[in-house]
Amino acid sequence: MDLLERFAAGDLEAFEVLFRQHQQHVYGWIVRIVRDSGIAEDLTVETFWRIYRSRARFDPTGNFGAWACRIATNAALDHLRKSRRETELPLDLAADPRPDPAVQRETRYHIRKAFAKLPAKYRLVATLALVEDEPHDRIADAAGISVSLVKVRLFRAVRMLRKQLSSPGVQGAKP
Amino acid sequence: MNAHDNNELRELLTRSIAPMNDTELRRDLWPQMLQRLEQQHSIRVPWFDWTLAAIAAAAVILFPEVIPALLYHL
Repeated sequence: MDLLERFAAGDLEAFEVLFRQHQQHVYGWIVRIVRDSGIAEDLTVETFWRIYRSRARFDPTGNFGAWACRIATNAALDHLRKSRRETELPLDLAADPRPDPAVQRETRYHIRKAFAKLPAKYRLVATLALVEDEPHDRIADAAGISVSLVKVRLFRAVRMLRKQLSSPGVQGAKP
Repeated sequence: MNAHDNNELRELLTRSIAPMNDTELRRDLWPQMLQRLEQQHSIRVPWFDWTLAAIAAAAVILFPEVIPALLYHL
């Protein structure tokens, strides 16, 4: 019985091997969405907990990495939904250590604020596509949606950002 | 909204929100994972256990004479 079959059958040792093989990849994906290392660590554990609970539904002939990435994206999306009203972008990791002098402090603040106000599903796509420069098909796979829907969400996210940045009192932040 | 506008906004965004360059996991999360698994296992009671407990409780309330029989089987 191979590793994935053992995992699907509930073998904890097989799960540990898979955890150690994929934790870096899952963490790396999540931290790019939530932009906070502590939260990303917690969500990585949450992701693998969901993976472990769903092991019976996993097809051992399938791609474990892609499946894990989709579950990780859902976990990160749940976090964005919960935290949307409470927090803006965390300042520790997301902050550029060498701010671009061409973009003024106030402008950066308005942009980050507008970004944090985006609904979670749009923020997810906008973060990955616009900030992290991920290809649309990869985002689509990870989010479990079509490439067309990624484009639609991106379009709407950009429109919302433009609207917020064009509102009165946000001078200098107009793209 | 065209590709030029998108690129302009993308540039402004990446200047304000830096892409994550540091995505390296600094520690092994397996101990945390194990703790989570142990916690969940310790508090998790399967549904059929709850069903059996409910049946036993109902039996004791409705037919008190089964108490000796239940105690015998415990």
